[in-house]
Amino acid sequence: MADGDTRAEVLERLTRAGERGVLRFITCGSVDDGKSTLIGRLLFDSKLLFEDQIRILENESKKHGTAGDEIDFALLLDGLEAEREQGITIDVAYRFFNTEKRKFITADTPGHEQYTRNMATGASTADLAIILVDARKGVLPQTRRHTYIANMMGIRHAVLAVNKMDLVEHSRARFHEIVSDYMTIAENLGFATITPVPMSARYGDNIFQRSDAMKWYDGPTLMEHLERVDTATEEEKAFAFRFPVQWVNRPNLDFRGFAGTIAAGTVKPGDEVRVAHSGKTALISRIVTADQDLDEASAGDAVTLMLDREIDIARGDMLVDAKSPPEVSSQFAAELLWMTDEEMLPGRSYLLKAGGQVTPVSVTTLKHKLNINTFEKEPGKSLKLNEIGVCTLNTSNPIAFDPYTDQRETGSFILVDRFTNQTVAAGMIEFSLRRASNVHTHAMDVDKARRSELKGQKPAVLWFTGLSGAGKSTIANLVERKLAEAGRHTYSLDGDNVRHGLNRDLGFTDSDRVENIRRIGEVAKLMVDAGLIVTCSFISPFRSERQMVRELVGEGEFIEVFVDAPLEVCMQRDPKGLYKKAQAGEIKNFTGFDSPYEAPEHAELHLETGEMSAEQAAEQVIQRLIDNKLIG
Amino acid sequence: MIETNTDAIRAYADRFGAGRQPRKRALSPHLAALEAEAIHIMREVAAEFERPVMLYSIGKDSTVMLHLAMKAFWPAKPPFPFLHIDSLWEFQAMGAFRDTLAEALGLDMIVWVNEEGRARQIDPFVHGSALHTQVMRTDGLLQALNDGKYDAAFGGGRRDEEKSRAKERVFSFRNEAHAWDPRNQRPELWRIFNTRIRKGESIRVFPLSNWTEVDIWQYILEEDIPIVPLYFAAERPVVEREGTLIMVDDDRMKLNAGETAEMKKVRFRTLGCYPLTGAVESEAETLDDIVLEMLTARTSERAGRLIDFDEAGSMEKKKREGYF
Repeated sequence: MADGDTRAEVLERLTRAGERGVLRFITCGSVDDGKSTLIGRLLFDSKLLFEDQIRILENESKKHGTAGDEIDFALLLDGLEAEREQGITIDVAYRFFNTEKRKFITADTPGHEQYTRNMATGASTADLAIILVDARKGVLPQTRRHTYIANMMGIRHAVLAVNKMDLVEHSRARFHEIVSDYMTIAENLGFATITPVPMSARYGDNIFQRSDAMKWYDGPTLMEHLERVDTATEEEKAFAFRFPVQWVNRPNLDFRGFAGTIAAGTVKPGDEVRVAHSGKTALISRIVTADQDLDEASAGDAVTLMLDREIDIARGDMLVDAKSPPEVSSQFAAELLWMTDEEMLPGRSYLLKAGGQVTPVSVTTLKHKLNINTFEKEPGKSLKLNEIGVCTLNTSNPIAFDPYTDQRETGSFILVDRFTNQTVAAGMIEFSLRRASNVHTHAMDVDKARRSELKGQKPAVLWFTGLSGAGKSTIANLVERKLAEAGRHTYSLDGDNVRHGLNRDLGFTDSDRVENIRRIGEVAKLMVDAGLIVTCSFISPFRSERQMVRELVGEGEFIEVFVDAPLEVCMQRDPKGLYKKAQAGEIKNFTGFDSPYEAPEHAELHLETGEMSAEQAAEQVIQRLIDNKLIG
Repeated sequence: MIETNTDAIRAYADRFGAGRQPRKRALSPHLAALEAEAIHIMREVAAEFERPVMLYSIGKDSTVMLHLAMKAFWPAKPPFPFLHIDSLWEFQAMGAFRDTLAEALGLDMIVWVNEEGRARQIDPFVHGSALHTQVMRTDGLLQALNDGKYDAAFGGGRRDEEKSRAKERVFSFRNEAHAWDPRNQRPELWRIFNTRIRKGESIRVFPLSNWTEVDIWQYILEEDIPIVPLYFAAERPVVEREGTLIMVDDDRMKLNAGETAEMKKVRFRTLGCYPLTGAVESEAETLDDIVLEMLTARTSERAGRLIDFDEAGSMEKKKREGYF
């Protein structure tokens, strides 16, 4: 605050502050490029640091700093104790500063390749990317990587910050050389603006203050550009209305509103909207907020919409412009960025979350991977941490979406591991696969209920899982014999009749195991549809796949039987001599040996076969079928 | 005498009922964006969790959060209870404000006291700030969260408050022991939050993550939200101890030899337990004054919190232990 301002002037200035709203940007680069110095400089020059914080900073600079007696801005930014001691940043840190025109939120992420997921996270909410380059080094592989990722995440405005100009004698020629190198990479990507700025973060040149040393530069300073840039492109402003319903507001019988944040477009009372999934339409009757009803609301507004008629709408539905609806499909192509140590396996079931929409999903195929430094296509079978691939995905329930390049809000999703609940991937939808809308389910006159009625039984899948030698096939065989004696219609699936035919092409890698179980699950589902009681005996080591099969069939139709014998007992029994071979190194990827087995957590039946006979075990299974009223 | 602003609170509550009136002036664009973001987060929690609760500390940030909750679900009431962890040593004006506000707005306000701490007569003057805070706040909070079986708890924390919070997620995952593991947090992309937890696990949610102290005050000013009168300067009895002005809020504060309570015009930049909260001398009697004073302030608000005065990593340690 300058001296001599009146109270009224200061207050007026404060209320004007932020008149341009919020700009969210990401700063890409490494500490070596002067990234922390740049962010520290932004905070410092916007007077955001208080005296006590500067004092703490000075103390810590002496303790951990790498900048001699000067204030080490990097210490200001690194958040967590452990990281501070190791001298690395491993996460996304958010910083805030205000100028008189705008509020800024910057995402600060480490620049190295192993932190691609962090950069993507920071970029997902950013409207602008500052790509930092050391003037001495020029455009590096990491510059390309940062630029590609920013572009992939849908950022439309790039600033090429050519830093450390003081170390190249403020050379105009060097600056232009770097800009020209950069343009060959960035020009043909999706950026709406690319703004190069020569600067020296250390001395504050061309950050807030125009540089005396670079009088040849007549473009904006970094702050002038950040304050002015209008990040909403014309296409974004004109995009059709999209409103994912978050929460149905029904305080009494007279009020039924749909609460949510407008993802795209604008809406007015009287507009015709459509429920994307059901296709039902209605007119907007009111746009409600706690302050007042609105005449218009647009992207980013959190409102409550009321309609002129009662139609069925719940969380997960999307209200959209009736004339310009989004895609609704269960098969689509998307870019996936893998974010977790456990690799992506095609065929495995994950949960997809997009807005309020949640559905099981599996990756059908990995079409190709993208080299993270060149963005060239490469073949691949699975995705590891920080890898990017173009995949086709298949959801259990159709989802409503727009292509990500058209609309980030409705084109994005995350994948969640069903057991660890970790977020394992970020997804950007490219396009719907035509097949999805053309394959319609034929309604049959004779259905599952009719078929099972004819057989006088309820269909079910008895899924026996456990280590090799635990007794799965033996028990399943006894169970089927007892059922047949009682006049039940059954079928039994096991490794012998499946591996030799249907799944002849599959081996024993993790991804083949997943596909093996997926196919068996689909076959079992058809048999349940036919009204049969199906026994399935497979090691099926992964929880995810067993869960996938469980969800293929109806509620109560999947009975998981954990055939549990200690590994030592199994090895002793070794009915097929497989453990011996595994021990001798003749078989690889043998479950329980050099391949993991994930024991069920909530199996319907847990049979400890080390302590009971196969006959007793089979009796327990039959009893369970009776208890569940599947057989009389 | 306990300071109150009952009339202002009643008039405020009326705005959510019969007295609802169009705004005279649009909210500043950046505040409108922050408001919408917070409302979005609250609605996600209401829709996805079985037993959410909103922690209410009675302070300005908490009161802004409560205000946002009133707006997020209007005309319905917030579909979750509010929870105040009462340390038994807060300023008396805070309790009065809490009760009046909860009653005027018709909120379900749960007040939790660590009864074991009460029985042991934990006294910050005698036992020190660390033990008092651990027993009455941290332990009390964990008891209350377990008792209510809450699976999501809103807190008013902001990322700009302290360095260790810059990387805090909006949805901060806690294990069965309510502990926070910095290596086991989930990435947050776009506006999509992964809300899945196992039984016994929980999530702390920070809807004000992206707000700064200036944003909070400007929002209080523009939205005209009532706050505890202690934030405004008035003549109050204070004692200077080790360079900090402590208000004599009740007779549990014993004066040492040579100490006298003096009337000084002071206000508080943060509120909490009165023996642990330093006052600043100030002439700021109105919101305008406070905003002006803050813009020219030379120390951050946390400098007034005595519990933060140890080393830089102290907040992070408390967080690992379950403190907000």
